[in-house]
Parts: sequence; C-alpha cells; structure tokens
Amino acid sequence: MTEELAHTPEGAPVRGPRGLVFEIGAPESSCVLGPALDVPDLDSATLEELGLRQRPPRLPHVSELEIMRHYSHLAEMNFGVDNGFYPLGSCTMKYNPRIGEDACRLEGFAGLHPSQPYSSVQGALQLMFELQEALAELTGLPGVTLQPAAGAHGELAALLVFRAAHIAEGDPRKRVIIPDTAHGTNPATVTMCGYETVTVPSGPDGLIDVDTVCSLLDDQVAALMLTNPNTLGLFEKRILELTEAAHAAGAFVYCDGANMNALLGRSRPGDMGFDALHVNLHKTFATPHGGGGAGSGPVCVTSRLATYLPAPVAVRRQDGTFALETPPDSIGRVRSAAGNFAVLVRAYTYIRAVGGDGLAEVTDQAVLSANYLKERLKDVFDVAQDRTCMHEFVLSSSSLKRRTGVRTLDVAKRLLDHGVHPPTVYFPLVVEEALMIEPTETEPLSALDAFAEALASVALEAQTDPDLVKGAPYTTPVRRIDEVRAAREPDLRWRPSD
Amino acid sequence: MYPKDLRYSKEHEWVRPEGDEVVIGITHFAQDQLGEIVFVDLPAAGESLCAGAAFGEVESVKSVSELYSPIDGEVVAVNEALTDTPETVNSDPYGEGWMLRVRPGDASLVEGLMTVEDYESFISGA
Amino acid sequence: MRFVSITCEQREAMLAVVGAKTVDALFEDIPPAARLERPLDLPDGMSEIDLARHMRGLSARNRHAGDTVVFAGAGCYDHHIPSVVDHVVRRPEFFTAYTPYQPEVSQGTLQAIYEYQTMVCELTAMDVANASMYDGATAFVEAALMACRLTRRSRVLVAGSVLPEWAQALSTYASSGLFEAVTVPARGGAVDPGLVRESITEDTAAVLVASPNMWGSLEEVGALARAAHDGGALLVVAANPVLLGLLEPPGALGADIVVAEGQSLGGSMSFGGPGLGLFACRSEHLRQLPGRLVGRTVDVDGSAAFVLTLSTREQHIRREKATSNICSNHALNALATGVHLCALGARGLADIARASMAKARYLRDGLIASGRFKAPWEHPFGYEFALTFDGDLSGMRDRMMERGYLAGVPMPSPEGETVVFAVTEKRTRQEMDAFIREVGAL
Repeated sequence: MTEELAHTPEGAPVRGPRGLVFEIGAPESSCVLGPALDVPDLDSATLEELGLRQRPPRLPHVSELEIMRHYSHLAEMNFGVDNGFYPLGSCTMKYNPRIGEDACRLEGFAGLHPSQPYSSVQGALQLMFELQEALAELTGLPGVTLQPAAGAHGELAALLVFRAAHIAEGDPRKRVIIPDTAHGTNPATVTMCGYETVTVPSGPDGLIDVDTVCSLLDDQVAALMLTNPNTLGLFEKRILELTEAAHAAGAFVYCDGANMNALLGRSRPGDMGFDALHVNLHKTFATPHGGGGAGSGPVCVTSRLATYLPAPVAVRRQDGTFALETPPDSIGRVRSAAGNFAVLVRAYTYIRAVGGDGLAEVTDQAVLSANYLKERLKDVFDVAQDRTCMHEFVLSSSSLKRRTGVRTLDVAKRLLDHGVHPPTVYFPLVVEEALMIEPTETEPLSALDAFAEALASVALEAQTDPDLVKGAPYTTPVRRIDEVRAAREPDLRWRPSD
Repeated sequence: MYPKDLRYSKEHEWVRPEGDEVVIGITHFAQDQLGEIVFVDLPAAGESLCAGAAFGEVESVKSVSELYSPIDGEVVAVNEALTDTPETVNSDPYGEGWMLRVRPGDASLVEGLMTVEDYESFISGA
Repeated sequence: MRFVSITCEQREAMLAVVGAKTVDALFEDIPPAARLERPLDLPDGMSEIDLARHMRGLSARNRHAGDTVVFAGAGCYDHHIPSVVDHVVRRPEFFTAYTPYQPEVSQGTLQAIYEYQTMVCELTAMDVANASMYDGATAFVEAALMACRLTRRSRVLVAGSVLPEWAQALSTYASSGLFEAVTVPARGGAVDPGLVRESITEDTAAVLVASPNMWGSLEEVGALARAAHDGGALLVVAANPVLLGLLEPPGALGADIVVAEGQSLGGSMSFGGPGLGLFACRSEHLRQLPGRLVGRTVDVDGSAAFVLTLSTREQHIRREKATSNICSNHALNALATGVHLCALGARGLADIARASMAKARYLRDGLIASGRFKAPWEHPFGYEFALTFDGDLSGMRDRMMERGYLAGVPMPSPEGETVVFAVTEKRTRQEMDAFIREVGAL
C-alpha cells in the first residue's frame, strides 16, 4: 500500500485513497469509552466458560477527529445526486428531500423495537398502513406488503406468491417468460424461485414480441415477467393483449416496477392487467440509494393474491387501531421484522409532502425531461428507438465507435471530467454500446442543457482527439482502474502484513 | 492464428489428437472475443464429458462464457496452472493455455469436427 | 412541498423542443383502457411546517427507546451509537450516491466497504466477507443456498433454537423447491451436537445454527462443526457481532460460513429495519459467495484504487445462473458499522460486550430472586437470557410497557413459553432495580 501511495502527488487535495483506516492512528487510540460498570464484573470462571477470543480483532484504533478526517476524505472522493447530474437509466436518481432524513431519525421512529406491543407503536403502524394504501392507489393493486428489502427481494416474494397460488389451485407450473431487455435480477429471481427462465427477443420496434409470447404460453408457464415501460424507455403498447393472453393461459403477469416514475397518476399496472409488481421506494419515492442500499421493495398484488402475501402486513382493525397480521395463506416471512421501516418513513414523508397532484406532476415532468434530452441528443448519438419515450431513453455509440474507435465506456469516463455522472452503460443488452439516460423530474433545465452540451463535446472530442477520450478520466480521485488485476488477484481485505 | 493440425468446433474449442487422447482448449478467436481472461473453471480429472454439453466456464471481468465439449470422453488431466495464471489462455491458447486432456469415448467424433479451413471460413462468416 | 426545479415557462419551452402541444401527448402509447382518467385519490401535498408537525405527531404515538427502558433483543438491540456515526452517515456524498459502478467517482463508498469487509473478517475470524446483505435472516438463507451449491446437496438442517423469524424466512425460500429445510429440535435451551450428527444424511448440505440462539444460549459451536464435517456437511453459524469482541469467533471454532445481524453495530433499531446482513466465508468458497465484493487494485497511474470485483457471480452478468438475485447491499448501514467499529476499537467493543454480559447476569439474578421468574435451564449465555414467567406473559408485557419498560420478547420453547431479556451496556443498575421491583409487584 505505502509503495503504491508514493505515486499520488504530494499535497494533492482529493486525489486517491490516502490510506486505510487500519493504517492511521496510534495503537492505544480509542474514541468511545464504555460506561462505568455499576454491577459486579464477570468473574473469571464465567469468562472461561464462555470461551474468550484467543486474539482480539484487529479493528482500527483512531480518535474521533481521525474518524471524521478519514471519512470526510472518503466522502470527498464520492459523487452523489447532491454533487451533480446523475442520469443513471432505470435507477431514478432524483433528489432526496431532507425532511425525510429528519423524519426517520425522530426518536419515535428510530427508537422502536420490533417486538413492542402494538398499542405502543400505533403511529408506526398507522404510517405503514397509510403507505400501503397509497401504494395500492398508485398501482391499482390493492394487496400490499412492505416487507421486501429491495426490488429483487420484492420480485422473489411475488414469484413465491405466484407459486403458492398455483399450487393452492392444484396447478403447479414450471416456467417464467421474460423479455431479453429485462434487468438481470428477473432471471436470477426466476431461478431462486425454482422456475426455469424462457427468454423472448424484442421486436425491431423495441417492444416485446406479442406473437412469440403467445406461442410460448402453455399450461406450464407460471408467469410473464415484464418491465413497463421497458428498459428502452418504451411503453409496451400491447400490454392489455399480453396480460389477457397470459391470464387465458392461467399464467400471472409480473411487473418489475423499477420504472414506476413514468406512470404515477397516468396509468396503473393493476389497470393494465398486472397481477403483481414491486415498487422501488428508493427510486420512485425519493428515498436515498445510500451507495447501494438500504432501499425498500414493497410488493402490490391483486385482491385474489393478497391472501398469499408475505407476513406481516399492517391492518386497521374494526376499532380503528392498527396491527400487524399474517395473511391467511401467507408464503411466510421473507426476512426479519416488518420491513425497512426507516426507508418506509422517508417514502411516506415524500408522498405526503408532494401529495396526489404532486406525484402526477413528478411523472409528467420526468417524461417531458427525458423527451427533451432525447431531442437535444438525437443528432449527436444514435437513438435506439427514435420515438416518444417515457421517463428514460437509450442512445448508442455504435456509429461513433465505427467512426472514431471511441466506445461507450470511453464516453462515460470522459463525462466524469465534465462533472456529471455517466448514464447506465451497456444496458439493455439488446442495444450495442448502449447509454441509458434517465434525467428524473428534479433536475433543473440548466442541468439538462449542460449534460447535452457535455455529451456533444465528448462526441466532438472523439472525432478530433479520440485518444483523449479513451484515456479519460483525468480529473477524478483515481483514474481508470485495473479491473483485470482486481479479478485475477483478489485483494478483498486488509491484512497487517501488507 | 489457427494451427493446421487441430480440429475445431462451432463453440470455438480446438482439439488436438495425441495418441489415444486428445487435448482441448479454446481458439484464438474465442480468447480475443472474451478479452482478458480472469478465471477458468474446469472439471476434475475423472469426470466424464458429453459432446455438446457445458464442461466449464471462462470469465473475463464482465462476462462469463460456457465451454462446450466437442466430444464425449473422460477427463484424464486438467491444466491446473490456469487457476493461478488464467491469462495464459489469452497469450498462448494452443500451448500453455490448453485446458483438458481427454480420453475420447468415440474417436470418430474428432473426425467430424471442422478442419482449419472450415473453421476459418466459419468465423469469417460469423 | 415540490421538488421539481422546472418552471411553467420552461416547461412550455421544453414542449416546443419536443414538438408536443401538451404533456398528454407524451402518453399516447398508453392504451386508453389503461389510462387513469381521474386524479389520484391521495391527500394533497403539505407545507414543510405542516408535514414536520404531522410526522412528529405520528412519531409521538409510539413509545420508544428514549422514553422506555428496553430489555428486548431477539436480533435487534438497544446499544449506544456514538454521535460520530450519524455525522458520517449524513454526508450526502455517501447517502445520495448510487451503487459504486463508476469506481473513479465512488472511491469513498468502495474504500469504506473494503474496510468494512476487513472488519467483518476480523470479527468472525473468516477469510472473506461480502459487502453486506439485507439483514441477518436473509444472510442466513443465502448461506443455506451457498452451502447447497458448494456441496451439490439440497437439504439443510436448521437448529430448532434459531430465531423463529429466521427459520421462517428459510422455510419461505425453501418453498421454491430448490432445497429442503429440516429442523433439528433443541431441548434444554440448546441443540445437541449428537442429535445433529445423527440427523445428517448423504443429502445434507449444511447445519445451520445460531450462537447465541433464540434464548440467548451459546451453542457448542466446535462440537457442531465436527458433527457437520463428519457428515460431509458445512456449518453455518449466526453470531452476535458485539459478543465477537470478546468471545471466540465461529471462524476459530470450525464454522464454514458465518452470518450475523449487524444492526447492533451502529444501526438504530427503527422497528427492525433496515438491518445489516454480515456474511463471511472461507477463501476456497469465494466463487460461490453471494452479493457484492469490493477489491483493492490500482489505477492506470499505479495509485491504489478500489472497485467492485468478481461480479461474474452476480445477476447482472450471470442472470439465471447467478449465485443470488441480490442487486444491492446495505451500503449505508455497512458504512455506519465501519464508523461504529472505528469509534469503539477492539477494546471498546470488548468492554461493551463485557458490560452487557455483566448487566445481563445482574438482571437475571434479580428477576429470579423476585420469585416471579424461573430459569428453565442453565446454559452459558451472552447478554440475552430466557426465563419462564409465573403468570400472564402478554399481560405482564403490556402493563410493564405502560410503566415504561419493554419487558423482553416472548419466545416459545419445548419446555414452555419463555420470555427472553436482553441487557445492553446502556442499561443502568438503577433501571434494573426498578424493573425488578415493579415487575415483582405486579
């Protein structure tokens, strides 16, 4: 480590890691003192019976100031929505309102133990119940569980609900159909739920091929798993035909709700014929992504399926009090506790902050902003599907690559030098050299314009000085990373001998 | 790029007969498509192979490709060195980057594989 | 409140660029029958003043750790969180960032996770830890799935002493039909390694235990490891990470996979979520590890740099053949845990474990002496223990909550219903004396 650090220029402000937290501080440093012991200490016989560690864990030994300096330095090497435009397609990197951060830290929320008697947590249960009701109204699917910890976790819960329903109806099934544009979590979830994946190609218009789907639907298909709008940012226009055909074959239809930001107040998955979907609270409902989590992936289902939802769900009893209950034919728990409650508080706060009208405006603006950016960029890059998009759209660097040798990866890295986070790259898999752009409704017009100009200037640089783009980034805390070395010689933890 | 004494499969494996046994690896074309190889997962000696079935995987940083056996047979030896130096598959795919030594169940299957001329026209059409 | 930055005037200009007369025109792909032709039936938006008042009002309808004395655990603990933890976590560069897919601008998240991975390895005495999972229960399930892949067997034995919620999560995942979970009954407060050995069949991938278990008792991890290995199975141990500051870690006792609920290291209780799933294994099993991993490497200039690595295990690359469908980690919670462990250091963590255990013994002795509680068994325990109550347990908990105490967590056992109390370093002798007196006088 020390040798490698020598390559970092002396006195550079935020240029690369300065050292691990294990390598700073003095061996005797510590920060928090345990409380004075006001009861008899453990005696040596007890300690012996318990089995003491042979060697203490090698944890950092730092003062509070050293902690703040270390993590401040780490923070400065990071880029968040608060730092600049973050148009990651399918990730909905919108602004995270601060009142949600304050609300979830109120002692009356943060200090709740999951085993408290219901009478002592009526406010929390009411919040959960009202959040369920709001999600039911927004999705048109009345059965809601807030349990799943993330979108993929919601997918899993929902497919297990399908499985339980089919089995209960004496009609167990084997396969799940997904389009080739699907997020990777979809096929991975299918496997974890004991099904086989059948992948169907998209048509030339970027939409799922309805005829192919219909030809595959038989009495062994458990579900059709779609994303709508799909990952090309296109609304599946024939959705009603698809859901009808699936239902006619006895299959359920699942909606990956990653793209709900395109639908609020405009269309409801339940009205499209979907039987279940998950909602990513950390996308549509403005809770922070946290560098990878914790998020939350509630699942909404039809009333027919509500009886199978994972336990528990929040209910309002006849006397007006709130409680947690297990649905009659529940698949059971998918985790401990009742959900990522602190995330639920933030999402609830957001929904109450903007209200029904505000949520409709969110979608309208998200879709308009995406179409605006697409118009501004369509002469610079190839557009995967040049027609009205929903909340996101996909560009391709294919012709740029042919002309200049500059690939999407290079474009993304060069954007970093322009102070914007790159779009999602190389996804969906059906578009070569894909750049998937989702601006979100919270970005000001000036940010959209600056991004369009940044992409245009990178495209221009690719013509005039392709090596400049291929060598990017130059201004970031570290430059392009040797990922091959990381994979060939995995270094996954510090060791003191390093 | 494509040695004349080898036979080739549509899944981009090569086969070199050596006495009663054959040696199997992946072609220059395959390693080039994969990019820098970071991991190779191979069966153990003694396991049996089925023509057309997956017998292992090669990984680059951001992709995984299955290896499909061109023939039936039993694995006699495995190139253990690839565990530590998978990059040999990139640098020397026909030599140090070999993967398996196999005793074929039916030697005639080898004859059914592509010659170098066939393979070269196969990949130029691909 | 409104978080859209664009003005009405700008909106008109944008529509002109797009070539649409109205915003409605952008939604024409939605078939009319699927359009929502009415306003959403949701309350109107609120001003920040009103909303803050509303949220305070809701929160005020809950009793909480600030106004009650918490003697409950069962996976969620009322430990002290140093102030510095939340001050780091509230840095927006951390919490408003996405998954670190662009490593050049994510070194903060990546390095913090690498350091967290190291700390988890150190605590558990294992070789490799992932970047975290949703919670202890889901990490436990993922461990079972991993063991099935590693051994190519499809049956797991789960100790009857594992927290019911965790065992239920395991059986829900098992409804996929991919594996079978069979319970080995636990008697006398712990599972018997001999019975475990007898229960292992040729198809058993793993033995899953928790130590401390649902009653707070420590299991005989070393003997369980021998039993599992003797039958060709792996041993998965769910640990309490605070106790690992003082007690011999499962990694040193032969466990193959160690998981834990990490909430007790810097996470607020928050009604049980989000939690933090700690997950560690041996290096030879690395390729079957679920979840994200951060590795250290260099950039083109040779500077040390961190990056997500070995991603070919994951769903975005391997799709239906991935090791798990997980597409996130609880990164912000892992960050909090890293800061928390920095603040405590090895000595601080050991002190907290020791103080909690000493106080737990004080409370246990006092409750038994009150005459209202009995010990169902004698077993080594950490800072959580089970007693039986002479009377109506649920009524006792409700009445004690009215008096400002969260009086343990009810927990079934073959020996009858128990109540499990947890005592952290935050509890004082005064609180415990008052609780013993008041519960004794019920």
